[in-house]
Amino acid sequence: MTRFVRSWLGVAATTATLAFGAGQAFAQTKEVVFGFQCDRTGPTAPVGTVLCPGYQDYIALVNSKGGVEGYKIRVLEIDHEYKVPPAMEAHERFKKEGAVLEGLYGTPQTAALNKKLEEDKILGTSPGFGTAAAADGKRFPYTFPIAASYWSQAGAAVAFVKEKLGDLKGKKIAYLFYDNPAGKEPLAVLEDLAKSEGFEMRTFAVPAPGLEMGAQVLDITGRYKPDFIIAHLFGRSPSVSIKELKGKGFPLSKVISLVWGSAESDIIAAGGMGMAEGYNTIQFAGVGKDFPVLKEIEAMYKAQGKPAPKEMDSTVYYNRGVLNAAIHVEALRNAIKAKGGAMPTSEEVKKGMESIKGFTLGGFVPPMEITPTDHEGGGWVQIWTVKGGKLVKVKDWFQGYRPVIQKQLAADASKS
Amino acid sequence: MFHRESGVFKTTYGADMALYPLPIAKWTVIALAVLFVLIIPLAVHEYYLSILNLIFIAIVGALGLNILVGYTGQISIGHGAFMSVGAYTAANLAVRLDLPFWITLPAGGLMAALIGVIVGMPSLRIKGLYLPIATLAVRLDLPFWITLPAGGLMAALIGVIVGMPSLRIKGLYLAIATLAGQLIIEWTINHVPAISGGAQASIEVDRPSLFGVSFNTQGHLYFFLLFFAVLAIVATLNLARSRIGRAFVAVRDQDIAAEIIGINIYRYKLLAFAISSFYAGVCGVLYTYYFGIANYEQFQLVVSIDYLAMIIIGGLGSVLGSILGAIFVTLLPIAIRIFMEDVGSLFFTSAEMANVISGLRLGVFGGLIIFFLIVEPEGLNRLWRNIRSYFRVWPFSY
Repeated sequence: MTRFVRSWLGVAATTATLAFGAGQAFAQTKEVVFGFQCDRTGPTAPVGTVLCPGYQDYIALVNSKGGVEGYKIRVLEIDHEYKVPPAMEAHERFKKEGAVLEGLYGTPQTAALNKKLEEDKILGTSPGFGTAAAADGKRFPYTFPIAASYWSQAGAAVAFVKEKLGDLKGKKIAYLFYDNPAGKEPLAVLEDLAKSEGFEMRTFAVPAPGLEMGAQVLDITGRYKPDFIIAHLFGRSPSVSIKELKGKGFPLSKVISLVWGSAESDIIAAGGMGMAEGYNTIQFAGVGKDFPVLKEIEAMYKAQGKPAPKEMDSTVYYNRGVLNAAIHVEALRNAIKAKGGAMPTSEEVKKGMESIKGFTLGGFVPPMEITPTDHEGGGWVQIWTVKGGKLVKVKDWFQGYRPVIQKQLAADASKS
Repeated sequence: MFHRESGVFKTTYGADMALYPLPIAKWTVIALAVLFVLIIPLAVHEYYLSILNLIFIAIVGALGLNILVGYTGQISIGHGAFMSVGAYTAANLAVRLDLPFWITLPAGGLMAALIGVIVGMPSLRIKGLYLPIATLAVRLDLPFWITLPAGGLMAALIGVIVGMPSLRIKGLYLAIATLAGQLIIEWTINHVPAISGGAQASIEVDRPSLFGVSFNTQGHLYFFLLFFAVLAIVATLNLARSRIGRAFVAVRDQDIAAEIIGINIYRYKLLAFAISSFYAGVCGVLYTYYFGIANYEQFQLVVSIDYLAMIIIGGLGSVLGSILGAIFVTLLPIAIRIFMEDVGSLFFTSAEMANVISGLRLGVFGGLIIFFLIVEPEGLNRLWRNIRSYFRVWPFSY
């Protein structure tokens, strides 16, 4: 009989938990709630476990300095394990707690929440994922990529290749991509540029989970022999590509990776920084620790008598989390200022987001300008290359083929 | 459900089969109906409605899988793919032909059923399991089959032709065959723009509307989804006590014996796949309308596994088990998180807690599943029955 009693207790505990949670919903004065979705335990956990602490640390830093215009920020982080239904649950929870904005995470999750965000008039940010078309603020009023989309990254990659090779006419470029919607998205821009710049492009798809690409790499290095490779891979596959290309003797200085194959962890997993000399990466946030904001976070930990978190060493993802938080805070700051210090609504925070301009955080954030029509902020990126065992900036903030991207956006808008 | 049955003696087959074994059962159902239709939507915050909405959708999917796995004994790990078939069928019909949900929803279900039958073909020759090579060949082309029913029939034809040799192949398991079906459907949707609507493989749909009312808030969607969840529950209850349901159980328990007593194995195995896929398709359509978008990345392999977990935890071959499983798998992670947020805030800062909760939640979730399955391997449904029979004679031991 005890087992029945035990199971009854379980049911009772669950019910009580839910009821207790309901009772907690009270709003403090001078407190603003940010919702932040994260994946610390799902398939993209290697990103989330570094990126999310970056977000939290920046908010903690802002709070430790007195908050934003006197308002403290409370972050409600929900781990959705990269599943879609929990992302909807997370959004509803944020709404219930009165969040003025939310950070999304994951391309399918962003797609699934897009409509709901619009209905609930809460903005969501999707730096580095989601559809490129979301840069168009008229079509996607409440979705903010706030970082270079895959289209902008592809444009930047070609611009960088052109700079390296001189003229692109008659040159051969291989596009090595993860065979999913996100992987295929840059194709539209690349095909367009292949025509206008006169280079030849061939695509090499890597099926999920992307751990085996011997055939593709052999095809590229042995048969196609391209002048440059643009790689757009996710998860563990970037490190596999680096290892395979290196193994076949292809110079990594002729490889450029889009943003999800550009972290230190990818290069280290491929065999270490030392062996990936010349590997080029696209970045939408500053890389490395040499920024005032990161020094302040370290100082904050020091003041509490703790060492700086180890996540900070993985600067690419950590810094992206900080950038995400910094832009959220800046949008809030704009909204509070515009309202003369009063508590802003989510609608006003959206306006604040749409007036972000000239906010660089000491070179950490690109010189982006988010407007009601451009939610991408211009599509700025940097190129960082592995040199002497670390990532070195070789090209400062730039926009690759901006008119081509805008043409794509307009074409996509007219289709729907 | 919540009543005692002492002194009840059934004297006819009809009484034994009745949906309401006692008059009081009817009152229980009425009370539940009042609770869910009148009280909950008015008394409960929108956030909790949104959780219920997710549970309703999960119930439809879990019931479908339980018909196939629990009642008929055909293991499938391709449930998620059938959802995506339903989702894309409905989305294409809704967007391209501008059809309302009450046409797209059954159409999505039917399309999923059709594909389900094709994937299920191998189950005819393969007791238990086996076959992926033939299903892999379905990779050929399936042009336009989703936008037009005629195209659908064409694809079915291709599927049947390609699938035929596979009926002769022995040596692999049905579970693997359905896994292959899952991967093929994913691959097809990803690579055929006619189905997926472009590189992003996602099609946006408008909110469903009826008589000029658009279901665009969680409160509205609550009624929309409740309706289909109830429909699915009632349909499954009736299916289970019908000739078809009994045939399913006979096939599951011993297929050779079932054949000897005159059950057409081909027919009922395929029917199980068709019905199960229909539920999955409807579940996919509900997700599509709920999120406002059809996107195959929402229906990947992990979803199939989740639904399998639901019916195993809930109880195979039982309607109540499907419901309890759907509730358990959807609600438990949320409940654990809310509980930890409350308790954890006493010990940790919010930033630290974010890290602690994620890891602990996964551990506790897994631990609870193991706990429940050890306590009662036949699932929550059996646990519930045990509790009932315990209290039936309480305070005596028998």
